[in-house]
Amino acid sequence: MDGVHDLGGMQGFGPVDREENEPVFHAAWEPAVVAMMRAGGARGVFNVDEFRHGIERMAPAHYLRASYYEKWLDGITRLFVEKGVVGEKELAERVDFFGDRPDAPAAAAIQGALPARVPFNPGWVQDAIRDTGARPRFADGDRVVTREFHPHGHTRLPRYARGKRGVIDRCHGVHVFPDTNAHGQGEQPQPLYSVRFDARELWGESAEANQSVYIDLWERYLLPGS
Amino acid sequence: MGKHHPNVDAYVVSRVRALESLLLEKGVLSPDAVDRVIQRYESDTGPMIGARAVARAWTDPAYKRLLLADATAALRQFDLEYQMLVVVENTPATHNLVVCTLCSCYPWPVLGLPPTWYKMPPYRSRAVSEPRALLAQMGLEISPSREVRVWDSSAEMRYMVLPERPAGTEGLSEAELVPLITRDALIGVARVAAAAR
Repeated sequence: MDGVHDLGGMQGFGPVDREENEPVFHAAWEPAVVAMMRAGGARGVFNVDEFRHGIERMAPAHYLRASYYEKWLDGITRLFVEKGVVGEKELAERVDFFGDRPDAPAAAAIQGALPARVPFNPGWVQDAIRDTGARPRFADGDRVVTREFHPHGHTRLPRYARGKRGVIDRCHGVHVFPDTNAHGQGEQPQPLYSVRFDARELWGESAEANQSVYIDLWERYLLPGS
Repeated sequence: MGKHHPNVDAYVVSRVRALESLLLEKGVLSPDAVDRVIQRYESDTGPMIGARAVARAWTDPAYKRLLLADATAALRQFDLEYQMLVVVENTPATHNLVVCTLCSCYPWPVLGLPPTWYKMPPYRSRAVSEPRALLAQMGLEISPSREVRVWDSSAEMRYMVLPERPAGTEGLSEAELVPLITRDALIGVARVAAAAR
């Protein structure tokens, strides 16, 4: 989707603000969000592509305002509800419960013993390579042109690199295709390439001199170039 | 907390606790999962394995060739199994810079958690379109004669920069080099200095 998350080449966000000696976490709730995200993935509630698309579906103004882990919270909450793990009504009731008890730990809302947990797969992150034996259509050095499209769903072809001419730098093997895997349409594994683009192809006369961008792109995004 | 997070909103905390309590009740979240995340990222991630691999590459030419050709094999020397890393080398002709414009992909296993600036719009928007101006604002001038190569991490592959070894460090051992190598140099937004700051 052509969302606000697709930031490459946008202007007006100001200078980079670097925090000296930045702590790992800025607030106690942040590692809880990380733990819930990992639990959702490792227990098979959502895959990484659904997770990324969950964040992309945030309201644009909220996306730009939110801290990193607030984006995660928004994305995983949406997915836990959509996947039927958590009900909207019980979630709203719990938010009210903790709103009235700002210092209470999560366990304060729980009565009785915890249930047995569902199986945990710690290898779910970056589990993307599928050795299907698919032969790459393109070889290193081949000229390609990216497709020009504007899908409403998830894609990893950034807006700034659509309809652009590049050169295959290398093939990374056969990888799960996010555009379908984010939407319950299967993994559809296919060759993934690093594609080199000259900055002038991407930014025209505004390009800085002597610059290139390498983007990892699936075969479905690419057409033969000339 | 602090000037970077002035609005840690009570509503966010309520939403976190609410979801956390429901996921505990439904068996999705382990009672010790949050403590394990804190332990892993606050205690176990440093010193960065990425810095140790770079220091070894600077002192062992065969290791450097391996790191650039097959980072997965090279990282096994540090007891890390990581299939998805590509290491790109800075040279007098080339400067490399890593970004993720679509989200915030970052090589956590070798660099730890990403800094906040890496995840926010100012860096993600400009790194691909005006990297020299961005780097200059961050204190790093790149000669016009060097090509700037930006790696936009759009898939599950992750990128790490092998920075240039600074002059004046010729007599240092691998172990003495490790503390000079900063996270920022491995992202490509800083040079390695000959003495630790």
